[in-house]
This record gives sequence, C-alpha cells and structure tokens, in this order.
Amino acid sequence: MASDTVALGTNGHEPSYLEYQGKHKGILGWILSTDHKRIGILYLCSVLSFFFMGVVFGFLMRLELISPGETIVTAQTYNKFFTLHGVIMIFLFIIPAIPAIFGNFFLPILIGAKDVAFPRLNLLSWYLYITGGLLALMSIVMPGGPADTGWTFYIPYSVRTDTNVIYALMAAFILGFSSILTGLNFVTTVHRLRTPSMSWFKMPLSVWSFYATAWVQVLATPIIGITLLLVVIERVLHVGIFDPALGGDPVLYQHLFWIYSHPAVYIMILPGMGIVSEIIPVFAHRTIFGYKFIAFSSIAIALFGSLVWAHHMFTVGMSNAGEFIFSLLTMVVAIPSAIKVFNWTATLYKGSIELAPPMLYILAFIFLFSIGGLTGVMQGVIAIDIQVHDTSFIVGHFHYVMFGGTGFAFFAALHYWLPKMFGRMYNIKRAKVAFWIIFFGFNVLYFPMLIMGWLGMPRRYYDYLPQFHPYHFISTVGSWILILGLIIMFTNFVISLRKGEKVTKKNLWGGETLEWQIDTPPTHENFDEIPVVEDYPYVYKDNEIAVEEEKV
Amino acid sequence: MSNGASNFVETVDSVFLLSVAISVFFLVLITALIIVFSIKYNRKRNKKAVNIHGHTLLEIIWTTIPTILVLILFWYGWVGYKEMVDIPDNAMTVEVTAQMWKWSFKYENGKQTDSLYVPVNKPVKLILKSVDVNHAFFVPAFRIKKDVFPNTQRTAWFIAENKGRYVITCAEYCGLNHSHMYSGIVAMPDNDFNKWYTMNENGSKSTDNKKSGSEE
Repeated sequence: MASDTVALGTNGHEPSYLEYQGKHKGILGWILSTDHKRIGILYLCSVLSFFFMGVVFGFLMRLELISPGETIVTAQTYNKFFTLHGVIMIFLFIIPAIPAIFGNFFLPILIGAKDVAFPRLNLLSWYLYITGGLLALMSIVMPGGPADTGWTFYIPYSVRTDTNVIYALMAAFILGFSSILTGLNFVTTVHRLRTPSMSWFKMPLSVWSFYATAWVQVLATPIIGITLLLVVIERVLHVGIFDPALGGDPVLYQHLFWIYSHPAVYIMILPGMGIVSEIIPVFAHRTIFGYKFIAFSSIAIALFGSLVWAHHMFTVGMSNAGEFIFSLLTMVVAIPSAIKVFNWTATLYKGSIELAPPMLYILAFIFLFSIGGLTGVMQGVIAIDIQVHDTSFIVGHFHYVMFGGTGFAFFAALHYWLPKMFGRMYNIKRAKVAFWIIFFGFNVLYFPMLIMGWLGMPRRYYDYLPQFHPYHFISTVGSWILILGLIIMFTNFVISLRKGEKVTKKNLWGGETLEWQIDTPPTHENFDEIPVVEDYPYVYKDNEIAVEEEKV
Repeated sequence: MSNGASNFVETVDSVFLLSVAISVFFLVLITALIIVFSIKYNRKRNKKAVNIHGHTLLEIIWTTIPTILVLILFWYGWVGYKEMVDIPDNAMTVEVTAQMWKWSFKYENGKQTDSLYVPVNKPVKLILKSVDVNHAFFVPAFRIKKDVFPNTQRTAWFIAENKGRYVITCAEYCGLNHSHMYSGIVAMPDNDFNKWYTMNENGSKSTDNKKSGSEE
C-alpha cells in the first residue's frame, strides 16, 4: 500500500483516510491504526494473500486428478493439499472475506458512524487473524507436514495421524476468536452507533446481513473453539472424550463440529446475500422488491440455520426421530433463501438495468447460488443424501454455494467498492472479459462434480475408477479457465491502483446508501456532520418524476 | 427403473428425478427471467425505472409453493430412507469389517472373504464394524451408504435384484489409501450362491452343511 498508489485528496478540504497522518508513520500507520477503513484494507491484503494460496492448492489438486493414478504428487501430498485448501479457503478466506474486509470498511459508513463500537478490539481481531494464519502456514514447514485430515478433523483419524494437526486446530481456534470479536463488534455497532435518524427499517440490507451474520459468529463460534480444544486435549492427553479406543464417542465430535460448521455456512453466505441486496437496486436503479421480506429472511436463515447441523450426518446411524427432524428443518431453511432469490429477480422487473461489472457478478450469483441451493435441497432429502453424501456431488454443491455464491458476491463487492476505497477506477471492459471467463470456467470446473458424485465418485479421492476420467478431465480444464479469469480480474485491479483513472465523484454508481454521499476516498472521519436519513436507502425518487409509482 | 441393482434403486432414483425436475424448472424460470429483464429493461432501452416496493400476495405465493414442494420431497426422501433402516427379520447376516484400507466379510457359517458374495432376491443384513478409524460402506449401484465406526456397530441391508458384480467403496476419508479401499459385491443366483456358500476353502463340499440363516 505504497502512498504513491493512492489518490490524493483532490476534493480540497480534508485528507482522505489513505493520506491521513495519525500518531504513526509509514507501515506503523497501518498496522497500529484503529481506523475501521485501514483495518478493512489490512484484511483485504491478508485475506487475498490467503485466497491466492488456497487457489494454488486447489489448482494442484485438480491437476493431480486430471488422470487416474499418480500424476504429479503422492497420495500423502494430495491429502495434505485438500486439507490446506479447505482450511485456508474456509477459515482464512470465505469466513472473513466479506464481513472483515467490506464489513469493516463500510458497515460504519452505511449506518452513518465514524467507526465501529470497539476500534481497538477490531485491530486485535486482525492480529488474531494473522496469528491464526501464520500458525496454519507453520504447520506446512514444521516436521510432520501439514495436517492430512480434511478441514473437518474427524476423530479418530485426527488423533491417529502423525501430521501437524495441532497447528491446524490451534489456527482454527484462534481464527475463531478473531471471528467472534468481529461479530461482537458488529452487533454492538449496529445497535449503538446508527445515526439517530436511522431506525431499524431504514438500515441498508447489507447491514441486516452483517448483523445476522454477527450474531451467528458470536453464538456458534465458541462451540467450534471448545470442540477443537478438546481434540487437542485428546491428542495430547488421551482423555477419551471422542476417541472410541478410549471409550469416547466419535459421533459426538461430528455433532459438535457441525453445530458450529453448519451455521458457519450461513456466516459465509449471509454477507454475500447482503451484497446482492445492496447492488441489485443500484444497477436496476429502482427500489428493492420486498425489503422487509429480505431483511426478515436473513434473520430466519440465521435462526433455522442453527438447527439443521445433523444433515451432514445422515449416514452415521442416528435415531429415526433425529433423521426425520433434521431433514424436515433442512427443507424449511431452504425457504428464506428462495424468498430472497425471488425478490432479487423481481427487483429487475421494470428497472433500468445497467450491466456493469458488479451487476454481472450479482446476476451470476443468483444463477450459481440457485444451482447450489437446489442441489442443497436435494441433500436434505434423506434418501438422496444417502447416495450423494461424501461424494463429489457435495464438493460441487458447496462450491456452487460458497464460491458461486459468496465468492461471486465478494468479486461483485470488489468491483463495486474498490474504486470508492482507493479513488481509482479499473478498466470496465477488461473486468467484463474476466467475468465471462470466470463464469464459464466455474461451471466447467464444478458441474461435472455434480454428475460424477451422483454416479458414485467419493470425495477426497486421490485416485479413481476409469469410468470417472472424462468428468475429472473436463473439471481440471475448467480450473485452468477459471484461474485465467482470476488472473485477468486481479491484474485489472492492480493496474487500476497504479494507473487507473482517478475518481473523485462521490456517487460512482448512483447508489443511495450513505457511502455514496461522502468523499472518494472517504476522509478519516467519514462524515463531516452526522448524516440524516429520511427513508430506507432504495427510494430512487427521480423515477417518480416521470412515471407514477406503479403496483404490480 | 427395471435395471435396478438393489431394492432401493427405484425409490431413490424416482425421488432424485423428481427433485431434479423441480430444480430444473425453478432454475430455468429464474434464469429466463433474469435474461429477459436484463434485455427488456436494459438502460439503453429503458431509461426510467419504476419503483415497485413489493407485493404481499406474490410473496405469499412464492413462499407457499416452494414450501409445499420441499415438504413433498422431504416426505418421499423420508419414506425412501425408512426402507433402508427397516431390516426384515429373515435377512441373511454378514459381518463387515473395515480397516485401513480393506474390507472383509464373515458369514454365519464362519466363512470369510474379501468380496461380498450374496444371493439375488434375498435380503442381506450387514453388521458394520471398523477396527481403526471411521470408514463408510458405500455401494453406489445399490444406493446404500453407512458410516462405519470403531468399537461400535452399525447395520445396513439390501436385496440384490440382478446378478452381477458391484463396486464397494469407502466414502469416509480414512487416510493414505482411502481412494484404494475398494471391494466388490458378487450377486449370484440362489443355487450358485448355495453351492459357493457350502464349499470349503479348498473347494470341497463342507461336511457340516449348515443352512444359511436367511432361508428360514
């Protein structure tokens, strides 16, 4: 983040947060800053670094699978690759991506605040994040090598393997605290720091999403923390809580793991949904359809999402009552997501749609997330789940939800907000080219997984039967296309930071949320005076000058 | 599904096809709407948008219809699953042992094998155990899967409906050679099975010709 890469405050008056001179200079001015915007940028740099690492491991896995048998690495190495890919992508990328980067940067601005409620705690969360990340990386270089358990750390394998499971567990434990503190901060911020005129139903929908996410982070993450610590204790002291050889119960571990890790799926997707709700009205230039339904569906997802964890365990041999209830609740949790999809689509109706890069990613989100959601419903149907559980169908499904959903929302947010954050515009044409390549490559990569999973290709397989070869081959080719698109996209951003057209306009896209009413890039204090909010932020009054408001 | 390898194939495949049909319908609907709206209401053609705040009846409709559909799917899924756990009393029992990284099978008469030999059209009950870590007993062609744990047992059952060889594979990650933990089910006509079952390991007819428990 060298200072020559950023726009200087050309607006005359106050310097932007990028030039603001606090107590410390240079790099210290960043890593000791409690400004929510600077912390957001710290997260941006660190989360993206881990994302690239995760992409590399994913690329290597796909390359290994291009043909049956050993292609580039041994089975042992492959098992470490998928564990690292999972741990990095989940704990270091997808959970913090939207809340920690864009939540930190924009949540206070969206509600008219100068900062989050606890700025120093906020900086501490970043340090915890870095510590957790470094621990995960240390596991790679320490003797024994990275864990080979998969990101789920299922017992008893995770207490038997000689690899550095403890590093990975402690990394996830510490990252959990980073997540809890961020959640705590956001809940408090939304409750206490909204500008006085902003009542709950005047909040932007992304704020609703961040708020719902934050509650899940605070309530669910401690469970994984305790559980992972118990695994460490199990490995070191052999107490026999989970280890069946010592009288423990390995299924108990799975329950505790998924009591967090299923809600964690909503920690990952809810912020993405918030981004979608935020961006669609801007580029359709009209008010959002069903504001309250979208807002309440976020809360409903957070609530019901906490009650469905055992659908990851339909094959463990639960009681019939357990299977029945968890399957039923899983079906119910699909409904709020469906409501959102319908409302988003309806928001396009009679809009004035501009297919700018953020909007392209959002429309792709709806398509990919629908595939992810519908395949998710299939897994809630127990008889189907028995067949597809632990196959590449699941891998395909959650990449459609997590990458096609959250990942694409994240890319949309990058295209939507980066110019605001840095005051430099990227090349729109190049961004669109990258989008189409990414979208195409994504489907080539993940759709074959759905088919071969149904046909019986188990997941976490280093080798496979010849009948699956065509699917694996196509999938690997897809990974190359996807990565090509990612390279173009990120190159475009890097070029824009150095040479991109300077933007000083406050409102880049015609948005009505508060971040578009302040300087680009924002000043240290965000707002010169406390903003007054008259209505919820998707009013688009100018539409009504020509056309009378219309009911369907 | 006339070519179902096991008694579960028909139920599982029909609920799967139903769910695929519903999914394709909604996916095509949503995608078509997005494309049509993006073209029809593109800013080039449509300079002025219309603010529509919502429509309660529409919200009710698109909440109710998916709810009914998922409840139907849920019910068929549950019925299909119930079949998989209700084991008939007359089933022939085989003990299945999983270990890193192979399967072994022990029959009621003490016979032990590396592949699972079963008669067609007879219920077979499996008692699943592991000696080390978690595994999962997965027969894709039969649509059955059950996790296998150490120090405790799980059960599964099936009726093989056609003779043939079917792949058994491990579906729960179990370390280094997880992807090589294969075995097979050999389903054969009743007579052939009985001949095989009563055969000694050296190939001669067993003297204590105990009848299989499955045949009452």
